Amino acid sequence: MLADKQAAMKIVPASDSSLLVVFGNEISFAVHRRVMALFHALRDRHDLRIRNLHPGYASLLIDFDPLRLRHDELAVTLQELADAGKPVAEANPNVVTIPVCYDAEFGPDLLDVAQHARLSLDEVVRLHSSVTYLVYFLGFSPGFVYLGGLPEGLHTPRLATPRPRIAGGSVGIAGAQTGIYPVDSPGGWRLIGRTPLRMFDPAATPPTRLQPGDRMTFVAIDRATFEVMARGTGGRLA
Amino acid sequence: MTIRVIQPGFFTTVQDLGRYGYAHLGVSPSGAADSLSSRIANLLVGNERNAPALEMTLLGATLEFDETAIVAITGAECECKAGPNRMPLNAACELQAGAVLQCGSMVTGARCYLAVQGGFDIPLVMGSAATFVAARFGGFQGRRLQSGDVLQVRRRDGLRVRSLRPGVLQTPQRPPLLRVTKGAQQDWFAREAFEKLFSNTYVVSEQSDRTGLRLKGEPVRPREQVELLTDGIPLGAIQMPQDGQPIILFVDQQTTGGYPKIANVIAADMHRVGQLRPRNEAQFKEVSVAEAIHALREQERWLKDAFE
Repeated sequence: MLADKQAAMKIVPASDSSLLVVFGNEISFAVHRRVMALFHALRDRHDLRIRNLHPGYASLLIDFDPLRLRHDELAVTLQELADAGKPVAEANPNVVTIPVCYDAEFGPDLLDVAQHARLSLDEVVRLHSSVTYLVYFLGFSPGFVYLGGLPEGLHTPRLATPRPRIAGGSVGIAGAQTGIYPVDSPGGWRLIGRTPLRMFDPAATPPTRLQPGDRMTFVAIDRATFEVMARGTGGRLA
Repeated sequence: MTIRVIQPGFFTTVQDLGRYGYAHLGVSPSGAADSLSSRIANLLVGNERNAPALEMTLLGATLEFDETAIVAITGAECECKAGPNRMPLNAACELQAGAVLQCGSMVTGARCYLAVQGGFDIPLVMGSAATFVAARFGGFQGRRLQSGDVLQVRRRDGLRVRSLRPGVLQTPQRPPLLRVTKGAQQDWFAREAFEKLFSNTYVVSEQSDRTGLRLKGEPVRPREQVELLTDGIPLGAIQMPQDGQPIILFVDQQTTGGYPKIANVIAADMHRVGQLRPRNEAQFKEVSVAEAIHALREQERWLKDAFE
């Protein structure tokens, strides 16, 4: 039985206003599914006493109003939802395509990544845009995705010294992770390209292009297409 | 009615009580750093407690009012003048049309709140008027106020000015005592680590802002350096990076992180965090979750009974 191999779910108080549900200590698709199942089960309840949900690789933080909801009451609910074990609908995961221009100007570290991987530039681009990634969760800053699935050949250590400013839309690699800087920010990821799409738009509903649990692929575009897309739509979210 | 910014002060933003429901997209709550003072300011002028107010940091703003207005300033102690007249703090005051309100340096504490009757007319983004400066949205054009900005104020009839009962506001204790509950990774720390955290005084460093307060003092380290899988961060979490210097994650915090969280400031004491300024000292004291919730309930009751 698969269930026997699952790490037991642990519920720990994280603060006077939150509980942390921990599903072991590994990054895996199986654990991610448990996190997402609880995340969706809680969201579906539309409980106004719950203020925020923070999914992680193997945990879910639940922030709530402690004057209206007791820790032990919520813990019972969480256990019931987990026991009910309603799995996430996996038949049709949302697959989002993100166009990326891998030009040298947008990907100043592409050569470093290629040398580290002992591949040609074209092979790096092909490899990076050949796989389907999993959005484990969003966090850190608005619209920032934690993606799983970067081919091992492309794993590259982050820069020794972070750059003070990276343009929003930049696509990078840091260790075993790949991701997209949603807004201008400092950062130490190796930059390999840029998307003309806006990853975070506070005026849109929902405000991010990607949601936790989505699948995502990169598709290579040339510079002319990048300019057209960036201009044409202003890169806005729908 | 409009309010024109003549001088913005050091760092002035529009804040309400925060933006909730978007942490899973990486959006932090933002909102007033001292939400108790922000609520008092709004209640004094007759607004709802969640109305947007101006949060001024260390040095207040100079503002011009084009019509008669009722305002209240709360929070840090700060000399405020309307023309030649000194304006009392923690009370609703009427300003005449054309008045220039000058808020000075904060003497104690870090932040003042200015509420105006009717409330600032600020479009809601994801359900809140709070400014999130790092991500450039919310509040007034997603940024801190600048000279020349013009803020619109809502006209609302029938709002009743209120006043605080005499003596109800106590002088904040120095150094402030921040009560904490043990954090999600409490098992990572030995008993001696907690003893260090609770017996020493920590100093707020200059690298502190609305995203977090970096403290300096006796280092506190986990038993062993184990890598934590990135997980969610509650408001007020005290995380311990490798150097053992605590960081209190604050209103504009990152929503997830990879450092172990040893403890968490209780909700009832978060307003004290909002009044800490660089070089201030702070001490931590452990309480149980039940005591923390009791303190929060007491604080709500206090706020309800604080007005005449």
